[in-house]
Amino acid sequence: MHMATTLTINGETKSFDAPPDMPLLWVLRDILGMTGTKFGCGIAQCGACTVHVDGKAVRSCVLPVSAVANRAVTTIEAVGNTPAGAKVQKAWLEAEVIQCGYCQSGQIMSAAALLAATPNPDDADIDAAMAGNICRCGTYVRIREAIKHAANGRQS
Amino acid sequence: MNAPNNVSRRTLLTGGLATGFLLAFHLPLRAAGNEPVQRDATDGKFAPNAFIRIDETGRTILMMPQVEMGQGVYTSIAMILAEELDADWAKVDVQHAPPDDKLYANPVFGLQATGGSTSIRAWWKPLRTAGASARAMLVQAAASQWGVEPASCTTSKGEVAHAASGRKLGYGALALAAQGQTPPKDVAVKDPKDFVLIGQPLKRLDTPDKVNGKALYGIDAILPGMKIAAIANCPVFGGKVGKVDDSAALKVAGVRKVVVLDDAVAVIGDHMWAAKKGLEALKIEWNEGPNAKISTRDIWDDLRRASEKDGAVAKSTGDIAKGLSSGDKFEASYELPFLAHASMEPINATVHVRPDACEIWTGTQIMTRVQSEAAKAAGVPVDKVIVNQHLLGGGFGRKLEPDMVVAAVKIAKQVDYPVKVIWTREEDIQHDVYRPVYRDQVTATLVDGKVSAWKYKIAGAAVIARWLPPAFQKGVDIDAVDAAADMPYDFPNFHVEYVRAEPPAVPTGFWRGVGPNNNVFAFECAMDELARKAGKDPVEFRRANLTKNPRALAVLNLVAEKSGWGQKLPPRVGRGVCVQPSFASYLATVVEAEIDDIGEIVLRRVTSVVDTGIAVNPDTVKAQIEGGLIFGLTAALYGEITIDKGRVQQSNFHDYRMMRINETPKIEVIVVKSGEAPGGIGEAGVNAGPPALRNAIYAATGVALRRLPIDRKLLAAGKKA
Repeated sequence: MHMATTLTINGETKSFDAPPDMPLLWVLRDILGMTGTKFGCGIAQCGACTVHVDGKAVRSCVLPVSAVANRAVTTIEAVGNTPAGAKVQKAWLEAEVIQCGYCQSGQIMSAAALLAATPNPDDADIDAAMAGNICRCGTYVRIREAIKHAANGRQS
Repeated sequence: MNAPNNVSRRTLLTGGLATGFLLAFHLPLRAAGNEPVQRDATDGKFAPNAFIRIDETGRTILMMPQVEMGQGVYTSIAMILAEELDADWAKVDVQHAPPDDKLYANPVFGLQATGGSTSIRAWWKPLRTAGASARAMLVQAAASQWGVEPASCTTSKGEVAHAASGRKLGYGALALAAQGQTPPKDVAVKDPKDFVLIGQPLKRLDTPDKVNGKALYGIDAILPGMKIAAIANCPVFGGKVGKVDDSAALKVAGVRKVVVLDDAVAVIGDHMWAAKKGLEALKIEWNEGPNAKISTRDIWDDLRRASEKDGAVAKSTGDIAKGLSSGDKFEASYELPFLAHASMEPINATVHVRPDACEIWTGTQIMTRVQSEAAKAAGVPVDKVIVNQHLLGGGFGRKLEPDMVVAAVKIAKQVDYPVKVIWTREEDIQHDVYRPVYRDQVTATLVDGKVSAWKYKIAGAAVIARWLPPAFQKGVDIDAVDAAADMPYDFPNFHVEYVRAEPPAVPTGFWRGVGPNNNVFAFECAMDELARKAGKDPVEFRRANLTKNPRALAVLNLVAEKSGWGQKLPPRVGRGVCVQPSFASYLATVVEAEIDDIGEIVLRRVTSVVDTGIAVNPDTVKAQIEGGLIFGLTAALYGEITIDKGRVQQSNFHDYRMMRINETPKIEVIVVKSGEAPGGIGEAGVNAGPPALRNAIYAATGVALRRLPIDRKLLAAGKKA
């Protein structure tokens, strides 16, 4: 059964028909054509699909679209408009974190949520916030470095 | 599978393996740099060869013969071309080359393939020549316009200059005139001391679009009228579809069609959610066939039996029989499991089969093979298959296979709209083309604290025999024995054999690190056990056997210094070392690990020193070693695919685990300055991690592990080897 749904995504109101149990991931990708958010596992094990809902990092592959009606969704396409997201993107490029890049939308979303909530994270904070995001290319050393760099940039 | 028809017949023994298996198969460079380009493709541009396009604004498009899957090759290949062209780096853009073996075949394979850490090695000379040749044509154009000698002109940052008269012209302004010049017959490339781009840690060209969601991978293809398909492959290898009841599936909202293939069923829907729900609603009876009895336990029994047989001789020097007849004898076997690739981008392909053509959107490591296999499946001529190459969300060897494209073509043939076929993670892991199981046996003797004889037998699947048949000669898979035959050490009596042992029904293929990932593990574990037998420190023992390999010795010495080798450690903390020449690079690695009382492992620190010859982009070299180490350590800690009743038992990241950031140690990579020709770098780190970790565990606990993944039960406090 499809039903009309209205979401606020990246500050814009979007209306569409979707089954209420359809995960937000597939709404973004297959209905709205926003492919920056990635499919990786479908069971919230890898974090490639991470988006923000009301500023918190969530796995969109297991989040029914009906659960986010009337809440603010931010995706990788617009996270650069937030102060933490912009710092993370910049630090990611400065540290040359990225290899294949497929997981990095999710990594950046998790890191931006971390920095928005914890402006000066220590290693344990970084582990807690980022352990849900798998990178098969193994960019973890640089992710940690870039988060610290972004945090320092914030202070200055 | 079509093989190149003119692979050089140089065999293993005559070709030698000193710089890695693939260099034994150098093809004549047909295109390399000077293939004429059709005028209509170059309208308004300078297009001196297959790799370079400069338009009248000076915008410089470099065509990439190798695919970008994270290894940074779009940047490093562009750097090689731009260096010799003296291009303005700020005006350089890269574009993926279309499928065309005549223009873009990897010289190593004779096929437009990206793999085996070959990109830089294979293209180093041809692309430098292509760049230099184009530069010479631009100089000729300027010189003739100015009426001066070409030799009196210089180039820099996309401009030709004539110092004596103070004149300058940009490459854009010279584009049309340069197109009329004849390419020089012989052209000199730069002296490396004059490099301005090569050797610099330039920022990658592909990463800015990877921080904002703009980068397009195969799975991101969107086309007008496109639908999405989810696929269920027969869970048993080689099994077929029996009966399908699609009545419930077709009632799922958004489901458009159910497609039944010989060995798979697909559901096409308006979106992935509908397709997935439709697939779950199907009732499928499979004809499992004879493979429903296969298990990894039986495969291991067969492999162990096969490995006791004599193999085909891959290399033999000195007198192995005599060498083994005296001295202190050592024997051991090392075993590696099946592994899945699990690239973060799940397997996918988008296909539109039209009445007279077939168009594909995907990220593949083998563009031309995808094109020819798709042509067969679609029933159209090869030149009617259009392949749109995308970025790869990881490759690791999985995308050296065309199976996912062939399946997608068969599905797309049943409808008139484009279909994007997406494999769930479960399908991706359970229907991979797996890193083979291997068993490596080492028999060696020690005389006066050094290795006197080393007999080395490798048993496992011959991936080369299937993937590049002309390269499989005299019963030896040159990939499976690559690093075994090319060990860094100098042993007076040395003998390598290969036993081809194909596991029944399980498809096997290349996995990042390829053949050397079993060899390096086995020989570096054996070297540590031999050191202990000889009563020597592992680094000291290796030095004593590295008498004829100064590059390997140098990286070993430096890693010992940088890692604090020999400094005291707390109980149950150990350091392990690994030295390897891999893919014509030299890498020495020390892993420091702590093993707790229940056998769990904490990685404390990893230090790697790499001599890759000229490092085209040293930051990319570092990144590849860092990531490669994690890829290899992940396999050592967790990686194993097991099979029961003909089915893969793992399915997703909860039971096929990946290392995560909280488990990642500090990693220091030191890139040694070198003037040697560049080596491969994408896979060396992968092979260093497992033996170095295993040797750290050996040092910390005394337990000599001989199998991966690491069995924690053997490592609990109080256990001894």
